[in-house]
Amino acid sequence: MTKVVTDVVCPFCGTLCDDLAITVSDDGKQIIDCQNACAIGAEKFLHTSAGHGRITRPRKRQPDGSYKEITYDEAIEYTAQMLAKAKKTLWYGWASTSCEAMAVGHKVAEKAGTMVDNCATVCHGSSLLAIQDVGVPSCTLGEVKNRADRVVFWGCNPAHAHPRHMSRYSIFPRGFFTTKGHKGRKIIVVDCRYTDTAKCADEFIQIDQSYDYEVLDAFRTVARGHDIPDVVGGVPKEKIIKAVETLKEGRFGVIFFGMGLTHTLGRNHNIDIAINLTRDLNDFTKFSIVAMRGHWNVTGSGQVLSWQYGFPYCVDLTRRTHARYQPGDTSSVDLLRRKEVDACICIASDIGAHFPIEATRHMAQIPSVCIDPHINLTTEISDVHIPVALVGVEVAGCAYRMDNVPMACRKVVDPPEGMLTDEELLEKVYVRLCEIMGDS
Amino acid sequence: MKTVTITMKNVPDLYLEGDMITPDQFAGKTNEEIAALRTYEGRETYCLGDNFEISGDAVGATPAETKIIVKGDCTKVKYIGMNMTAGEVVVEGSCDMYTGGWMKGGKLHVKGNVDSFSGLGMEGGEFTVDGNAGNFIGASYRGDWRGMQGGVLRVKGNVGSDIGTFMNGGTLIVEGNADVHIGTHAEGGTIIIKGNANRRIGGQMVKGTIYVYGDITYMMPGFQYTKDVELEVDGDKAVFAEYIGDLGERHSKSKGQVVYGKIYRKK
Amino acid sequence: MSEILIKNGHVFDVVSGVKGDAKDIAIKDGKIVDKVSSKAKTIDASGKTVMAGALDIHAHVAGPKVNLGRWFRPEDKWYRGQMRGGIVKETSRMEQGFSIPSVFRTGYCYGRMGYTFVMEAAMPPLYARHVHEEIHDTPIIDEAALPVFGNNWFVMEYLKEKDIQKTAAYIAWLMRVTKGYGIKVVNPGGTEAWGWGLNCLGINDEVPYFDITPAEITTGLIEANEYLGLPHSVHIHPNSLGDPGNNPVTIDTMKLAAKYKPNNKFGREQVLHMTHLQFHSYGGSGWGDFCSASKEIMDYVNKHKEITFDTGNVTLDETTTMTADGPFEHHLCALNHLKWCNVDVELETGSGVVPFIYSPNVFPCAVQWATGLELALLAKDPMRTMITTDHPNAGPFTRYPRVFKWLMSKKTRDEQMAAFKNSGKVADATILNELDREITLYELSQMTRAAPAKALGLSSTRGGLATGMDADVAIYDIDPTKMPTDPETIEKVFLNASYLLKNGEIVISDGQIVFENPKKMTFWVNAKAPENKQVNRDIREKFLRYYTVTQANYEVPDSYAPHPFVIETEANV
Repeated sequence: MTKVVTDVVCPFCGTLCDDLAITVSDDGKQIIDCQNACAIGAEKFLHTSAGHGRITRPRKRQPDGSYKEITYDEAIEYTAQMLAKAKKTLWYGWASTSCEAMAVGHKVAEKAGTMVDNCATVCHGSSLLAIQDVGVPSCTLGEVKNRADRVVFWGCNPAHAHPRHMSRYSIFPRGFFTTKGHKGRKIIVVDCRYTDTAKCADEFIQIDQSYDYEVLDAFRTVARGHDIPDVVGGVPKEKIIKAVETLKEGRFGVIFFGMGLTHTLGRNHNIDIAINLTRDLNDFTKFSIVAMRGHWNVTGSGQVLSWQYGFPYCVDLTRRTHARYQPGDTSSVDLLRRKEVDACICIASDIGAHFPIEATRHMAQIPSVCIDPHINLTTEISDVHIPVALVGVEVAGCAYRMDNVPMACRKVVDPPEGMLTDEELLEKVYVRLCEIMGDS
Repeated sequence: MKTVTITMKNVPDLYLEGDMITPDQFAGKTNEEIAALRTYEGRETYCLGDNFEISGDAVGATPAETKIIVKGDCTKVKYIGMNMTAGEVVVEGSCDMYTGGWMKGGKLHVKGNVDSFSGLGMEGGEFTVDGNAGNFIGASYRGDWRGMQGGVLRVKGNVGSDIGTFMNGGTLIVEGNADVHIGTHAEGGTIIIKGNANRRIGGQMVKGTIYVYGDITYMMPGFQYTKDVELEVDGDKAVFAEYIGDLGERHSKSKGQVVYGKIYRKK
Repeated sequence: MSEILIKNGHVFDVVSGVKGDAKDIAIKDGKIVDKVSSKAKTIDASGKTVMAGALDIHAHVAGPKVNLGRWFRPEDKWYRGQMRGGIVKETSRMEQGFSIPSVFRTGYCYGRMGYTFVMEAAMPPLYARHVHEEIHDTPIIDEAALPVFGNNWFVMEYLKEKDIQKTAAYIAWLMRVTKGYGIKVVNPGGTEAWGWGLNCLGINDEVPYFDITPAEITTGLIEANEYLGLPHSVHIHPNSLGDPGNNPVTIDTMKLAAKYKPNNKFGREQVLHMTHLQFHSYGGSGWGDFCSASKEIMDYVNKHKEITFDTGNVTLDETTTMTADGPFEHHLCALNHLKWCNVDVELETGSGVVPFIYSPNVFPCAVQWATGLELALLAKDPMRTMITTDHPNAGPFTRYPRVFKWLMSKKTRDEQMAAFKNSGKVADATILNELDREITLYELSQMTRAAPAKALGLSSTRGGLATGMDADVAIYDIDPTKMPTDPETIEKVFLNASYLLKNGEIVISDGQIVFENPKKMTFWVNAKAPENKQVNRDIREKFLRYYTVTQANYEVPDSYAPHPFVIETEANV
C-alpha cells in the first residue's frame, strides 16, 4: 500500500506552499506522486526518486581534474583543515537548507572566524539594505488574501517565478473581506516588458528599463499633490496620475516587488523609494509592501544570522570578538572579485550559476568545498563536493516564507542509505575543527 | 609638529585593516611602540611593523602635533585615518576602503585614489583625495540616518555612486564626474559636482544643497525649476538655475515657509 | 548529587521573610534545602547581598519583531565611531547589539544581572515557531512567551456573542499549539482597526466590522482567564499608549477589572496586569503641556488589589521601540521621521518597530523618565510593583541597574533632573522632586523577584529562597550594613553579579560566566477546557478559508521547545 503524506511544505521557492500531498511507496523510499504543487515544486520531489545519477558520497578533485569518491570522514577532515588554515574563508549559500543546520554552521563559522553570506547577496540583499534605511510597512500574505483590494506587482513576474502566489495569496483567493476574489481587486503591473503576470492586470504600466526610481518618485510627487513632467521614464503623466488615484482609493493595498527593482540601476534605492511610496499611501489608506523572496529559505538564513549576530547577510565573523557588516565590502561577490578571501565553502546554493565570472574564477582558484545534494555548476569547480540529504524532502527542518512566517518542513522519504544531513555533517566538522584549533 | 613615516615593505596577501594609522593612535608612542600596534588581516592579527617600516622623528605628544606620512603600495590597506580627531595624515599613493571613515578633525590627504566608504559618517576635518574615489563617499553607515555631518571632503577626480547619502552637514566637493544617486535622503550639507552628474540627483532629499556645473543626464521628476540666481560656489562665480525638491518627500516648515532641498545647475 | 552552601550572605527574601540578616543558603540537586553535608562546595558571601534569581515579567527578547529590530538596525551595533556592544569576548559566542542584543548577548547579560527567568511579552501566534527558535538559542535564562489575543478574530467573534466558554476553549487550544504562557492584550481592538489604517483610542471605540469594543474584549478575556484558572492574569497594554492625556483611558481600563476575583491555584491575587504603566500615565492635551499623571494613576492602583503593574522606565538612551500596537508605531514615526517597520499578522495581530532617541534635551522624554520613576516611588505595595523598561521600548534591559540606582538614590535623581535641558519645565510637569523615598534592597528584591513570581503564578518555586524552591540565586557585591553606598556602586554591582546559580549550577563565579549552557527551560501552560465541538469546527473552517497555512502546519512541534516546563491547569467549570 502506498501512503500519502499531507500538509507537506514545498522546499522550492519563497512562497512555501504547505498543502502538498505526496504519495510515497509502501517501503517509504520512493516518491510516486506529488499533488497540489506547481510544476517546479513537483519536480523537486519527483526527481529524487527518479535515479538522476544522484551522488551519495563525497568526491575530491584530482590533479587531472577528475573526481574520486572519498569517505565522509575524509571530506570532513579536508573541510576542517581548510577552515583552520585559511586567514579568511567565505562561507556562502544557506538558502536551501534548514534553520537548524544554519545554527550549527554558524557555530563552526564563528569558531573559524569566517565570512557568512547567503543568496540575498545576489538577490534581495538590496531590499534588506533599503529596509535598513527606511523600514518597511508590511504584512503576512493572509492579510493580502483577506483584505487587499489593490495589488501592485512591480518588477516581478510571479506567473513564472512564484507560480502559486497569485492563486494562494494575491490575485484570485477569496478571503474574509474579499469575498469577490479577483473581481474585487484592482491589479496593477509595472514592468519594462509585458509579462504573463501582466495578463492578469487591470492596468499595465510599461516603463523604460532602469527608470523605476524616477517613476516611483513621480508617483510620490503626484500623491503629494505636485506636478510632474509630461513623461517620466516612458510613462505619460496621465497614466501616473490615474494609477495613484487607483491606489489611494483602495481600502487595503499591497506592492509586491522582485528582481526588476532589486537588480536594476540603483538597486536598494528603487526599493527604498517604493517603501516610501507605501509609507506615503498610509496617509490615505492602508498599504503594505512585500518582497518576492526567491529561494525557499533564504529568508530563514537572514533570520538566524540576525538573532545570532544582528545582521541578515554579509556577516564578517573574522574579528571573532564581534561581527561586522557592510555589503560592498563583506559581500560575497566583492570578496571574491577583490581576491579578499583565501578559501570558500558553498552550501545549499550555487556560486557557479549565479556569480559574475570574475568572482567565480577566484573561487575556482582557492581551496573550496561545496556542500549540496546535487551536482551543480559549483560542485564542478570545487576541490571537494560533499553531497547531503535533501532538506524538506528527506530531512525535516524549519524554513521561513517570504513574509517571514516560519514553517516546519516535513520529511517525506528517507535519504539514500548512509547519507549525512547538513546538520550532522556540520556538527562533525565542528567537533574536528575544535580538535584542530583548540581554544584559540 | 613631528613627522613619522611608515613605508609598506610587505604587501599583505589579502587586505590589511589599518584603523590604527591615525595621529590619535600614534601620538605619544615611540617608533617601536608604533610598530607593535595591532593590525588585522582576515582573522589573523599582526603588528604594524610586520608590514610597515617605521621611520622619522618620534611622534608628537598629542594627536594635533603628529603628522603621519604613508608610503609604498597601500592599495590593500583599509581604514587609514578612521576616527582621527586631529593632526595630519598624508598618503603618498592610493589606499583602500573606509579611508577617513568617521573622521572628526585634522587633515587627511591621499595623493592617489581611495575606494568605497571613504569619509563615511565624517564629522569634521579636511579630507582631500587627489585621484578618484569609489562609491558611498561621505555617506552614512548602513541603516544610519546620520551620514556626513561636517568637515570638507574634496575629491579631485571622479567618484562612484551613492555619494552623500543621508548627508546632514559639511561640504563634499567632486571636481570630476559623479555616478548615480547623489545626496539621496540628504537632510543638510552641501555637495558640489564640478563635472557631469549622472541620474538620480537629490532623490528623497529633505534639505541641503547640490551644485552641478556639468551635465545632468536625467532630472528627478520631483524637482521643479524656480528661478535663475547668481552665486559664488567654491570660489567660482556663475549663474545657476535653481530647482526645489524632492517634492515627493516630506519637508518641514521654518517661519511659515516650507524648506526644500535645492539643486543648482550651472547655466 | 551536587551540594552547595552559600555562607554568611546578607539574604533578602520575601518568601522566607529575611530582610538582610546574614544567613546560609543550602542547595542540593537544584533545590534550596535546610542543610547540606560537609562535602558541599562553599561560596563565601560574607559582606555580600544574596537574592533569588530575578524574574523579568515583560521584555521583548525573542520573535519576529525583535529580530526585525535587530537586523534593520545595523547602526545599533558596529561603527558610528565606536562599537556598541561585545568588546570583550568572555563567552564562546559573540555578543552583539546595544538596544536589541543578539540572543547570546540577551542570555549572557540577563545572567550577569542575576536574572534567571524572562517573559517574552508578545508572541504573534502565527510566528510562534520563530519565538521558540530564538528562545531555544538563548543561553542561561528560562523563558516563556505570552501569545497576543486582544485583536484575534476568534476572540472578538466569541466575545461579541458573550460566549466565555468558547473563548476559553479557543484560548486553551491556542496556548497549547503555540506553547504559550498566558493572555496578552495589546491595544485591544486597535490593532485590528489598524488593518484598515484606523485605531481604537478609548475603551468604548467600536472595532470596525467586529461590532465589539476594547472594554468588551478586555472583560471577556479576564473572565476567560479566570474560568481557565491560568497561572498569570490578563496582561494588558491598554489603548492610547504614549498619548498626552491618556491617563483616563488607563483608569477606565483598570476599572474594568474591579468586579473580578482571581480564581487560580497558583497564589496569584491580581486579575489584570498593567504593563509598562509609564507609557499610560500622562496628563496634558498635547506635547506642549505634556505632564506626568502618575499621582492619579497610583491613587487608583494603590487602592485596588486586583491590579499589578510594571513600570516601563525610560532610560534616556537611543533605543528601538517595538510593539504589537501597530498604529502607535505609525504615529511615532510621523513624530520622529525615522525608519518604520510594520507587520500585520492575518487574523491575529500586528506590530511595528521604530528607532527612538530618548534625549535628555527633549522635554517629553524627560517627563517620561520622571513619570516611570514616580510610579515605583508612589507604589505602596512593592508586591504589586515590578521594574521593567519594556525592553527595548523605553530602554534596553541592560539599563535595569541604572533604574535601580535612580530608585535607590534621591541624589542621582536630583542630579539627572538638574541636567535636563528644560529642567525647570520638566520639574513643573512632574512630581519627582517632591518624592524623597529611596527603594530599599528588600523592596528591590520584592519588585524584581517575589512580585513578578507571584504575578506569574510561579511563587511556589521562583522568586524566593525558602526550602524546596528552585536554587536560582544571585549574589551581589554590595554590603547592606554599609548603606547608603555610592549610587554608582549600585549600578555597577547589579550589572554584574558576583555569583549566579541556576538550578543549583554555578553559572557566574567571581563575576565571570563560567558555565554558559546550564539547563534552561521553556515554560508553557497546558490549559484544560471542556471540549467544544463548535470551536473545533470554527478553527478548521478559519484555517480552510482565511489562514495561509494549514492547521496541521500551525502547531509548534515539540522539537522547537525541547526542554519544556509544562504547567497544567483545570478550568473552573
